[in-house]
Amino acid sequence: MGGFEDYLSIFTKAVFIENIVLAYFLGLCSFLAISKSIDASVGIGMAVVVVLTITAPINWFIYEFLLAKGALVWLNHLPYGLSLSYDFSNTDLSFLKLIVFISVIAAMVQLVEMFMERFSQSLYNSLGIFLPLIAVNCSILGGSLFMVEREYDVTQTIVYGFGSGVGFFLAIVALASVRYRLRYSNIPPRLRGVGMAMLLTGLLSMAFMAFSGIDL
Amino acid sequence: MELFNSESKKIINDPINVNNPISLQVLGICSALAVTIRLDQAIIMTLAVIFVLCSSNVILSLIRDYIPSRVRIVIMLSVIASLVSVVDELLQAYLYDMSKQLSVFVGLIITNCIIMGRAEAFALKNGPSKAFLDGLGNGLGYGMIIIIVSFFRELFGAGTITLPDGGAGYVLFSIPEAWYAAGYENIGLLVLSPGAFFILGLVIWTQREIFGIEEGE
Repeated sequence: MGGFEDYLSIFTKAVFIENIVLAYFLGLCSFLAISKSIDASVGIGMAVVVVLTITAPINWFIYEFLLAKGALVWLNHLPYGLSLSYDFSNTDLSFLKLIVFISVIAAMVQLVEMFMERFSQSLYNSLGIFLPLIAVNCSILGGSLFMVEREYDVTQTIVYGFGSGVGFFLAIVALASVRYRLRYSNIPPRLRGVGMAMLLTGLLSMAFMAFSGIDL
Repeated sequence: MELFNSESKKIINDPINVNNPISLQVLGICSALAVTIRLDQAIIMTLAVIFVLCSSNVILSLIRDYIPSRVRIVIMLSVIASLVSVVDELLQAYLYDMSKQLSVFVGLIITNCIIMGRAEAFALKNGPSKAFLDGLGNGLGYGMIIIIVSFFRELFGAGTITLPDGGAGYVLFSIPEAWYAAGYENIGLLVLSPGAFFILGLVIWTQREIFGIEEGE
């Protein structure tokens, strides 16, 4: 595994080239609903960055040491001579990953919310209302599932989680700003709202595709 | 309850037309776009969503009197996640190639807002047979949109619509040669992500034009 350059490349890919919203369509529900207001977009963007950076590595540890094929092999080598008289080296619990990941995400979101409320009232006031929303945001679960599919190691997972969050933040703030500028323009009445937002997202997505030439 | 009285017809028809989950309620778009690159993917995804939606609606409707409202979200999530795991395992067992192509998007049915939304808004308040019809209607409404989008993306993006048949594939529909002779070229943009956004935007516009629905902003 390469050092700094490898991480930089994963980060750039996650933010620009394979942007989680504009290239993989994840988290679109909240993306479209919240981008009506810039302040709210900044809020949910930050919340997604925080939660993705926390949940992706936690899910990595759970997958790597509990769920993946052969992950439970450490149970064969318990300290103090304990032994469970069962060979765990072929146990494969990966079919449980969906249920486990979504529970971890829901629990972490709850925990982050409680933590914020206790230690930073101002942060809680600005981000608090968005936290329950993003428990069911596809981009959070998607981040964990992509990390399994692409077989990242733990540092790569942290970089990838953070990068995807930043990508979401950039995309939602960009769309919110464009929609703000369009508020007084003359759009056909039935295209207003979601229809227009979809077309704008298409244009943003084209703009971000221009980054795909970057080779790191 | 009679199966096809006017009320149950309304439960099935509304989500397909005037109250479509994707184009009018704007739910469940996340997974809807990613699988629209080919028609066969969209069809398999529709079947998976209809299965999960109907079963989760029926199960949650059956146990609705025993769910304390404070923990209902967790219960809904665990029922849905179990059903999605079943679908995921079935696809891996019987349609392995398709499951590789759909990759993470089968798992992401869990966070599809349509399923949580219908459970919360309908299944927890109505009996199982009505909940089943509601699931079917919303599943079909979802399917209709993603099948329309994938039809246009595959036809104009790739030039032909191919269904897999174990070999080279069965060509369902293709752009006539005369078009190419006249200078037509496949629109590569439609295969890429922006194409999905544009087509869905136009589908939403068309449907709102047909049913005369406006959104204030």
